[in-house]
Amino acid sequence: MSDRVTHLDCEEPLLVAEGLTKFYGPRMGCRDVSFELYEGEVLAIVGESGSGKSTLLQLLSSQLEADAGHVLYRMRDGVTRNLAKLDEAERRFLFRTDWGFVHQDAAQGLRMSVSAGANVGERLMAVGQRHYGNIRQSAAQWLERVEIDTARIDDAPRTFSGGMRQRLQIARNLVTEPRLVFMDEPTGGLDVSVQARLLDLLNRLVHELGLAVVIVTHDLGVARLLSHRMLVMKDGRAIETGLTDQVLDDPREPYTQLLVSSILPA
Amino acid sequence: MNAPAYNFAYLDEQTKRMIRRAILKAIAIPGYQVPFAGREMPMPYGWGTGGVQVTAAILGPDDVLKVIDQGSDDTTNAVSIRQFLKKTADVETTTRTSEATVIQTRHRIPETTLTENQVLVYQVPIPEPLRFLEPRETETRRMHAHEDYGLMHVKLYEDIARHGHIATTYAYPVKVDGRYVTDPSPTPKFDNPKMNNCAALQLFGAGREKRIYAIPPYTQVVSLDFEDYPFEPSRTDETCALCGADQTFLDEVIIDDKGGRMFVCSDTDFCETNRANTSRDAPWAAAGARGHV
Amino acid sequence: MSEILRLANVSKTFTMHLQGGIRLPVVNGAAFTVHPGECVVLSGPSGTGKSSILKMIFGSYRCDEGRIVLTHDRRVTDIATAGPRNILALRRKSVGYVTQFLRAVPRVPAIDIVAAPLEADGVAAEAARSKAADMLSRLNLPERLWSLPPATFSGGEQQRVNIARGFQPERPLLLLDEPTASLDAVNRAIVVDLIQQKKKSGIGIVAIVHDDDVRAAIADTLVDVTTFSKAAADHDR
Repeated sequence: MSDRVTHLDCEEPLLVAEGLTKFYGPRMGCRDVSFELYEGEVLAIVGESGSGKSTLLQLLSSQLEADAGHVLYRMRDGVTRNLAKLDEAERRFLFRTDWGFVHQDAAQGLRMSVSAGANVGERLMAVGQRHYGNIRQSAAQWLERVEIDTARIDDAPRTFSGGMRQRLQIARNLVTEPRLVFMDEPTGGLDVSVQARLLDLLNRLVHELGLAVVIVTHDLGVARLLSHRMLVMKDGRAIETGLTDQVLDDPREPYTQLLVSSILPA
Repeated sequence: MNAPAYNFAYLDEQTKRMIRRAILKAIAIPGYQVPFAGREMPMPYGWGTGGVQVTAAILGPDDVLKVIDQGSDDTTNAVSIRQFLKKTADVETTTRTSEATVIQTRHRIPETTLTENQVLVYQVPIPEPLRFLEPRETETRRMHAHEDYGLMHVKLYEDIARHGHIATTYAYPVKVDGRYVTDPSPTPKFDNPKMNNCAALQLFGAGREKRIYAIPPYTQVVSLDFEDYPFEPSRTDETCALCGADQTFLDEVIIDDKGGRMFVCSDTDFCETNRANTSRDAPWAAAGARGHV
Repeated sequence: MSEILRLANVSKTFTMHLQGGIRLPVVNGAAFTVHPGECVVLSGPSGTGKSSILKMIFGSYRCDEGRIVLTHDRRVTDIATAGPRNILALRRKSVGYVTQFLRAVPRVPAIDIVAAPLEADGVAAEAARSKAADMLSRLNLPERLWSLPPATFSGGEQQRVNIARGFQPERPLLLLDEPTASLDAVNRAIVVDLIQQKKKSGIGIVAIVHDDDVRAAIADTLVDVTTFSKAAADHDR
C-alpha cells in the first residue's frame, strides 16, 4: 500500500535520455531528444507517422544504437548504467526481467503456437523457475489479472481475438514485475470497444504495479487517459513537452495546436 | 601388399586434421556444437555421414570397430558402414561391444557398460535441441551463448499441459556439465542415464548440419525436467523373449497377422551374450544383468 | 495568518498559431489569497478567465508571468515555475480539482471512478468502495447506476459522480468549477453542505459559481476577475 506512494516520490530518475540522435543515412530519424522518467510515471510520445517516435522508442529500449546521445537506466541494484555499455547478456537479462515491451501487433510479442500458460510462464522459466505447478499457478493468476478466462490457459493465442492477444502480451511482459514497460501503439488496430477495455486495464495495472511506462501513440485520447507527461515529436525533434493536460489543454507550439485541434470530437 | 586405393579410412589427411581439431574443441567445451567443414561422403545426407566422418578421423590401425543401427549389428546400414570402413581402413571389426574400441551407433547406446578405452560415436540428424522451437540459427546460437534456455522448458511445460507428462520419448534434451543443453541424438530416453558419468568418450557427428559435439568421460549429463515432474526413463513390464533380460530396451516384433507380438532386446550383441551366459550359468538369467563377458 | 494559496501578478495570453498568430489575452495581474477554511469565489461573466485561473492553479495551464504559491506541510511551492514532477506531487497530495465536466476512462463503473482517488491514496479497495458508496448515496445517485459507466448518464448524474470523486480525497486546497451546474435544488443543497463540511475541516476552496444562492451560501471572499481581464486587454494593446 505505501510502497506505491514511496516509489512515486523517488528522487532518482529511472530512465534518462540525453541528446538522443539517430540518422538513417542522410535522413534524420530523431534528433537531440532528452527527458527524464521516474518510477511510476507514464510518458506518452506522440506524433504523426514519420515523426521519429518509433525510432525514439527503439533507441530507448536498446534495440537500435544511437548515433549520438545516450540512455541511462537505474538498475534494480540502484546503480545507473549507460545502456550502450551493457554487454548483450546484461541487455537480454534486462529485457527478460526488469523491462517489458508491448508490441502493436500482439503476434510479434507472443509465441503464437504455444499455450497461453506457457507464454506467460516463459519468463519465469527463463529466470530459473523449475516447478511446473508453481509456474502454472502464476500464469493462471496473471491471466485472471488481465481478464482472460483461466480455462483458456492451455489454448494457443492463435485461437484468441485481437484484444485477448494483446492482454496476453501484457501478462507475458508483467509476470516478472518489470519496473519499466515500453508500449508501441498498444491499442492500434483494435476495435474501439476493445480499446476502451484495454486502456482501463492498462491504467489499473500501471497504478497497481507502479510501472514506469513509455508509450508511443498517435492517439491523443489514449495519451490523455494513460499518461502523466507527454512529448510531442515532429520531424524527428521533440517540439513540446510537459504534463499531458498542459500540452493538450494549453498547447504552445503551432504544430501541437494543430494536432490538438485535429482530434475528432466524440 | 597392394597400396590401398583410398587414404587410410577414406578421408585425406587435411580433412582428418580439420575434424580432429573440431573434436578437440568439442571435448574442451562439453555439449557445445562445433561447426566443421563436412566433406562429401559416398553416402547421402541422412545416412550417417557425420558419424562416419568422426569415426574415420579417429580410427587407427589397431582399433577394433563395431557399428550398430538401432542396437543391431546386422541391419543394412550398419553392415554397409562397417564394410566401408573395413575396406578403407582395414581395421578389425567385431559385433561384441566389449571387444570394440570404437563403436559407431545410430539411435541407441549399447546395454553393456562402456569402459575408458572405448569411444562411442553417435550419428546425429539435427544437432540443435532448440531447432523445433526456434527455427532461426542466429537466435539459437545466441541462446546457447547466453545460456538462455527458458524456451526448452516451455516445450516441456507444453508437454505436461497437453499430455499430463513430458511426452518426449527420444532425443530427450540433456544439460551437459551444467552448461550446454544438448540433443543426445534420437536415442530413446531410456538410454539417457547411460550418458551420465560415462567412462567412455562420447562423440556426436551431424553430417548434413555440419556440427560435431562431445561429452568427455565422467561428465555430468542431466535430463531436463521439472521439480514436480522429474525425469523418468521409460519402464516396461515386459522381458526379452529370447534371453529373459528385464532391464534392457526392448523392440516390439510383430510375429503374425493376428496381432501376435514379442519383445526382444534391441541390443543384439547384449542379447546373444546374455543367452550364451544363461545357458551356462542359470543364476545370471534371473538377474537379467547387464552382461560382462 | 497562514495562507494556503497566494496568487501574485499572474498573467496569461494565448497565441493562436492556427489563426495567424492572434494573441488572446486571458488575465493580467491576477492576485488573491486563500486561507484554510476559506472559500474564495471567482466572479465575473463568461469568458473572463475564471476557468483559466483555476487551471493555472492546478497546473494545466502555464502562466506567462507571476507567482502561484502553495503552502502545504510547511513546503512552499511556486506552481508557476514548478517542474512536472513537483506539480504531479502537488496534485497527488495538495490540490483537488473538480472540473466542470466529468472526464473518465470509458467503461469504468461509476463507483470505481469514485473509489479510484482513495485507492490511489493507499486506501484498501474494499474500504474505498464503501466510502464511494456512502458519497454516492449522499448525493442521491440511484444505486442501480453505481455499477454502470457514466457515459450514458444525464448531465446531472455525471456531475454528481464528478463531485463524489473530487470530494473523496483529503486535500488542503480544492478547486471547484461550477459544481452545482445541471443539479436540481435538492442536490444543490447537498453539494453546498459538502462544501461547508470541507470548509469546517480547514480546507481552502477556490470556486466558480454562477448560481447566486449557492454563491451566497458558500463564499467568504469574492474576487471579481473582470479587473484582471480588463487589465489584460489593456496591457496587450
